[in-house]
Amino acid sequence: MFETLSMNALQDYWWIIISLLGSLLVFLMFVQGGQTLIFTIGKTDMEQKMIINTLGRKWEFTFTTLVTFGGAFFASFPLFYSTSFGGAYWVWIAILFCFIIQAVSYEYRSKPQNLLGKRTYEIFLIINGALGTILVGAAVSTFFTGSQFTIDKLNLTNTLNPVISQWQGAAHGLEAMLNWRNAALGLSVFFLARLLGALYFMNSIADENIFNRSHKQLLYNAIPFLVFFLAYMITLILSKGFAVDPSSGIVSMEDYKYLHNFLNMPVVLILFLLGVVSVLLGIGLPFLNKSRYGSKGIWFAGPGTILTVFSLFLMAGFNNTAFYPSTSDLQSSLTIRNSSSSHYTLTAMSYVSLLVPVVLAYIWYAWRSINKKKIDSIEMENKEEHVY
Amino acid sequence: MIPLLDPGVADWSRAQFAVTAMFHWLFVPLTLGLAFIVAIMETIYVKTGDPEWKKITRFWMTLFGINFAIGVATGIILEFEFGTNWSNYSWFVGDIFGAPLAIEGIMAFFLETTFVAVMFFGWNKIGKRFHLASTWLTGIGANLSALWILVANGWMQYPAGMRFNPDTARNEMQNIWEVIFSPVAIHKFLHTVCSGYVTAAIFVVGVSSWYFLKKRHLLLAKRSILIAAIFGLVSSLLVAITGDSSAYTVAQKQPMKLAAMENLYQGHKGNGLVVIGLHDPNKKIGDGKDGFLFKLEIPRLLSTMGYHNGDAFVPGIEDLKNGGFKPEYENISLEEKDAAFSVDEKIQRGRMAISALYEYRMAKKNGDSARAYEAQRVLDRYFMFFGYGYLTSTESVIPNVPLVFYSFRLMVGLGFWFIILFILVLYFLYSKKLENKRGLLWLSVWTIPLVYLASQLGWVVAEVGRQPWVIQDLLPVTAAVSKIDTTSIQITFVLFVILFTGLLTANITIMLHQIKNGAKDGGNE
Ligand code: HDD
Ligand code: HEM
Ligand code: HEM
Repeated sequence: MFETLSMNALQDYWWIIISLLGSLLVFLMFVQGGQTLIFTIGKTDMEQKMIINTLGRKWEFTFTTLVTFGGAFFASFPLFYSTSFGGAYWVWIAILFCFIIQAVSYEYRSKPQNLLGKRTYEIFLIINGALGTILVGAAVSTFFTGSQFTIDKLNLTNTLNPVISQWQGAAHGLEAMLNWRNAALGLSVFFLARLLGALYFMNSIADENIFNRSHKQLLYNAIPFLVFFLAYMITLILSKGFAVDPSSGIVSMEDYKYLHNFLNMPVVLILFLLGVVSVLLGIGLPFLNKSRYGSKGIWFAGPGTILTVFSLFLMAGFNNTAFYPSTSDLQSSLTIRNSSSSHYTLTAMSYVSLLVPVVLAYIWYAWRSINKKKIDSIEMENKEEHVY
Repeated sequence: MIPLLDPGVADWSRAQFAVTAMFHWLFVPLTLGLAFIVAIMETIYVKTGDPEWKKITRFWMTLFGINFAIGVATGIILEFEFGTNWSNYSWFVGDIFGAPLAIEGIMAFFLETTFVAVMFFGWNKIGKRFHLASTWLTGIGANLSALWILVANGWMQYPAGMRFNPDTARNEMQNIWEVIFSPVAIHKFLHTVCSGYVTAAIFVVGVSSWYFLKKRHLLLAKRSILIAAIFGLVSSLLVAITGDSSAYTVAQKQPMKLAAMENLYQGHKGNGLVVIGLHDPNKKIGDGKDGFLFKLEIPRLLSTMGYHNGDAFVPGIEDLKNGGFKPEYENISLEEKDAAFSVDEKIQRGRMAISALYEYRMAKKNGDSARAYEAQRVLDRYFMFFGYGYLTSTESVIPNVPLVFYSFRLMVGLGFWFIILFILVLYFLYSKKLENKRGLLWLSVWTIPLVYLASQLGWVVAEVGRQPWVIQDLLPVTAAVSKIDTTSIQITFVLFVILFTGLLTANITIMLHQIKNGAKDGGNE
């Protein structure tokens, strides 16, 4: 059935899948956000233990989503993979380091003889939570602000220097952090992740103190989140964007490009607005009635995050826009048309993508079966349980 | 200039990839095998309802969890390193190579991570049968991930099912089934996962033997060792069988690797197999010596194993370099049917292919379709030598011979030792004398590091043996790199080594502590 689709349709389909994975990833970073709150919200050993164990049952999903996001991007838009990873080397390596140290921390933290000591592993979790979110957010922002690279496939025939994608930015990606807009999106993701983390604790830990302190954190993090996010969105809408001429593939700068994208794709605009409203509801409702809505906020803010990020990805790639623009050489910019895999590979991968609903279904089922009951201190002390 | 400090981007990228892959591979084999051993134990628990079996299962499961975490941590780097360090590669073959990596994520990693969580946290929350199913699904997920990554690796050793497209300047997939069911991928998968099972079996046998020696947790030790030894015996026989068939595919598809594995410089008809040999460090290409200081050979065996024909001609390194012989292996171009090309001839053809690509793209740009057509014909004809066009010297097609040769010998030798060990353990278990065989028990304990060694050596054979190619004949490592400066890679290389060494040490101390403590209140007789 996918064979009959046109190349453009397949490319669109895969951009939607990438956007979906990207938005799921940002939502699942509530784990990272939660990690930065371990000591702010957990004051006693037991409280910290409960927090770490709630997150510890979910961190693998964020991690695996990141891995799958990378793999799917590689398979569907390989030119992005080779250009961005090989070029923005230091940013990606830094992100990798953040995730390596996370992966062992849960399992090793409370084990005897763990060499580095409990505190070190907790610090690892905090580094992962803070740096991981900021860097991922900033990296996504370059989809709108651009990077410095050139691409020339003819290089392949130069046996002395055959590399196709060449990065011009001196700091191999770290220069992106100096752009305040990238930093602003990074910080938005960071505070959003903390909000989601706090809402998640309110939902899944049966403990009065944790509940109240998480509630307090909502306010502290909502304000900077809104400031950074609004600043980012306003400049985005007012800024020039990277437009592609669909017939010639020529890239040029267009005033108000991203505003035009919203207006030309009303569905995307609606998704975006729905998402933002839903995130605001998730944060706001617990203030209206703490005991009634406190534990439900995540049900609004989570899906809201997914919708918002999803629509931003769609805006970056659709409506004849270059999703990975080059500021060094406009014509090297990557679009979903010029960077994708072949028709055959996209078709084959589309069949594989049919598994995604199956995967989501069993994840849902498995989560429900081990999450039926909130985490409490009794469970943490039970020797029969596996606790971190 | 100190050459070692600045050997260039390709060499440091290789070093970094090798280090991260080898670290990853320290943890993966145990995950692959222990998942199934634990699942078997839990199955017995569910069938018998004996609570001791539950404690035994949970003991090994704890060790599984510690190992699993660091396996995950090291795995993510490998995936992203294809982009960070081998960006040109990622474009040149991304259309084929990306797919298995993505499928691995969707099909295998989610299965593994979902059910590993159920397995650890579900004991008191879900039914026994659902829990058991989760344990099996974790093992299946781990083994599925091995399948996809090995399909990817197999494809690099023997590219199949694709075609080069000069308009996009990359290889494009034509047939995904040829990629998945390539003989190299299949043998590699079977051999590699079976070697993982052997690793886990030796681990369990070794730890149980240690309990016997210390007279602790005897029930746990007795039950575990029985299961592990049976599992291990079956797997180690399979390792030998699949190793033999892997060697056959190497002979057919990568004759240079085979020659290096055998330290074979000049081949002949009815070649023998060197069982034990000493490589001659003074051997120079073309000096007429056979490359051995000493050798013990079984006549005709190499021809028999590599070609299933005792009279077959097995080309040596110098034959492959000079060409001119009549090739009997499969991976050969039509033009070489009667006489194989020399490396120099291949380099010439590779250069022709590369300049034809240049011609083609220029002609296209200038709208000269006649010239483009001509150029494409040349390109198609010589594409199978494309990678040779990047080589600067004839001898760069020769991998590190002594390293490959000794690694291979040692891996195979150890493989036979493991078979013997499992038989001995089973025999003395059966005759109820194992607990007093202190020598054998100590041997089992000391075989644990050896199985890790064998497993690492296997990858050294496979990966060092295929140098200088990332994609056999199509892309050498020097053309696969990213455009980054050597210093950056040197820094990340050092950072990785420090970080991994720290994590590995933590992993080992935690493991040893858990083993010393044994199963919590249980497993004793
Ligand atoms: C034969 C098996 C095998 C081989 C050759 C490799 N791996 Fe691996 N990998 C596994 C078998 C495995 C595993 C057993 O499935 C792991 C170990 C622990 C785990 O969680 O899964 C794993 C984990 C793992 C992870 C973490 C997944 C997660 O989020 O759970 C990644 C990203 C990779 N691997 C990627 C790679 C890459 C890019 C490789 C090649 C260069 C590679 N692996 C070689
Ligand atoms: C996990 C087990 C693996 C180990 C221990 C391993 C080992 C090695 C070693 C030792 C090298 C360096 C060879 C040299 O430079 O002389 C290497 C290189 C490489 N391997 Fe592997 N490898 C493993 C798996 C894989 C897999 C599964 C793939 C592909 C999917 C792969 C792809 C590569 C690449 C791209 C290089 C760099 C280019 C090269 O030097 O050939 N490796 N590996
Ligand atoms: C018993 C006799 C054995 C034989 C004949 C054998 C044969 C081989 C051959 C020919 C290769 C290279 C395949 C290639 O380059 O594509 C290989 C690779 C490998 N071997 Fe073995 N082997 C044996 C035992 C073992 C043992 C005991 C282990 C570890 C426990 C092991 C682990 C590996 C691994 C991990 C690889 C790399 C993956 C691969 O290429 O398949 N082997 N083996």
